[in-house]
Amino acid sequence: MLARGEKPVFDLSKPTVRLTRRQFVAATILGVTLPPTLRHAAEASPEDAAAAMKAILGDAQARVGKVTLDIPPIAENGNSVPLTVSVDSPMTLAEHVRSIHIFSEENPLPNVAHFTLGPRAGKAQVTTRIRLFKSQKIVAVAALSDGSFWSGSAEVVITLAACIEE
Amino acid sequence: MAKALIRVPTEAKKGEVFEIKTLISHPMETGQRRDEMGRPIPRDIINRFVCTYNGEEVFRADLFPAIAANPFLAFFTVATESGELVFRWTDDHGNTQTETARITVV
Amino acid sequence: MSGPRRFCLLAAPFLPLLLAVSVSGQHADPPTGIRPEDTRSGYHFQSRETQGMQDDDLANPGFLWVLKGEDLWRKAAGAAGKSCASCHQDAAKSMKGVAARYPAFDARAGRVINLEQRINQCRVDHQQTSPFIYESEDLLALTVYVAHPSRGMPMQVTTDGPARPFFEAGRNLFLARQGQLNLACKQCHEDQWGKQLRGDRISQGHGNAYPIYRLEWQTVGSLHRRLRSCSIGVRAEPYPYGAQEYVNLELFLAWRARGLPIETPGVRR
Repeated sequence: MLARGEKPVFDLSKPTVRLTRRQFVAATILGVTLPPTLRHAAEASPEDAAAAMKAILGDAQARVGKVTLDIPPIAENGNSVPLTVSVDSPMTLAEHVRSIHIFSEENPLPNVAHFTLGPRAGKAQVTTRIRLFKSQKIVAVAALSDGSFWSGSAEVVITLAACIEE
Repeated sequence: MAKALIRVPTEAKKGEVFEIKTLISHPMETGQRRDEMGRPIPRDIINRFVCTYNGEEVFRADLFPAIAANPFLAFFTVATESGELVFRWTDDHGNTQTETARITVV
Repeated sequence: MSGPRRFCLLAAPFLPLLLAVSVSGQHADPPTGIRPEDTRSGYHFQSRETQGMQDDDLANPGFLWVLKGEDLWRKAAGAAGKSCASCHQDAAKSMKGVAARYPAFDARAGRVINLEQRINQCRVDHQQTSPFIYESEDLLALTVYVAHPSRGMPMQVTTDGPARPFFEAGRNLFLARQGQLNLACKQCHEDQWGKQLRGDRISQGHGNAYPIYRLEWQTVGSLHRRLRSCSIGVRAEPYPYGAQEYVNLELFLAWRARGLPIETPGVRR
């Protein structure tokens, strides 16, 4: 954080590159727009995520609980965000997690991963690294051996890098 | 053959729950990017990972483009008996890669 | 009191200081903006999660390049039919300490070269084959493999003798304003390190972990790749990979980073 009286390196209230209207029009005509990595197909929406979830749930509803997502609230880089999903379960033959499903509300595609566990897992916990296109909510749905579904979610903020490379 | 790293304990007590960590080299091309000419770069990812323990499946992951490049997966399993853990990754072309590890259960 | 005599009286207390500065060390350097006790690796400016990725060899994707590099180390190449291992045997022993003293003046090349260029020199002179293209997967993997045995060892480059003019050229580049944004490396990495720049905390600009696995690149890349990104970041035309300007700068950066441990392969955002 800046101390009192310190000037910021960049004054975020002003654009770092000021274009005249003529320059802007010329740039657009020349096709100098977003870098390739930012030009994506249609983004997913919470409705797409809900539809992907329905493919798992069918007509059932997922109750909120038992499922915890350990993911940084502010991600350093959207290309690789560490995620640990865990489900509170004794993981016995009688009572265990069958599968865990991860969904994204704002990525171009709503499915992130589906993990199949079972009583031999011992512990219902999986860690991976995911890509997040923008700040959004990540939802995890767990299917239990008794046929019930449980869910948990987390909000992640994706920041812009300091210097644009392209 | 993609490079892969596996961490499995060499020994565990019977009934002990232990963690397995895996890392494999793969760009996980999402299918969302475009090249400099504006042409879409086709999707090309590892879409499945399976771990078997003495032949029985103990963990499976169905992966989508939202999994970061060089996929990292860590999961748990119960030490039931000594034997072989087999890890298999499958990509969009149906190519598979297999790594194995032995564990002694005491 | 007349002018000159007054000056002498005023200047007298400072003479010992001036003399001390000019004879200390190997040469008189203007002190960098960062005190030795404040010198921190780029590791310290990453999030806890990113640090965790570097700390665990199994979670560090850079280690996949160590494996690729090991294959290349053993692979025979060129007219001589030799592999690196033919002469250097076990890299864990023979390459220990090497990365810590690069870039270095090389008599054969007649200039300061970096580790990538030294590897290529071996390929040409001893394996009698073509050099790897800069930033190719092969050169990156082999550089990671050659640097990795120095992990934990402090950076310690030589900047005097024949290396001196290259070191000074590197320092001048570090201090020079560049690009449309008219920024010098110093302005961010010495004057503003630790402060927030959009989502990032500004690092001190050390190269002690290179080649690194960078989350932004989703792959391993060299210090030259990162320096090119810095050039683009200030809207300056980047020098080509392997350019002497960047090698000189690398030498200066390595001197600034003296004492910091090699972390190759590092993980950065």
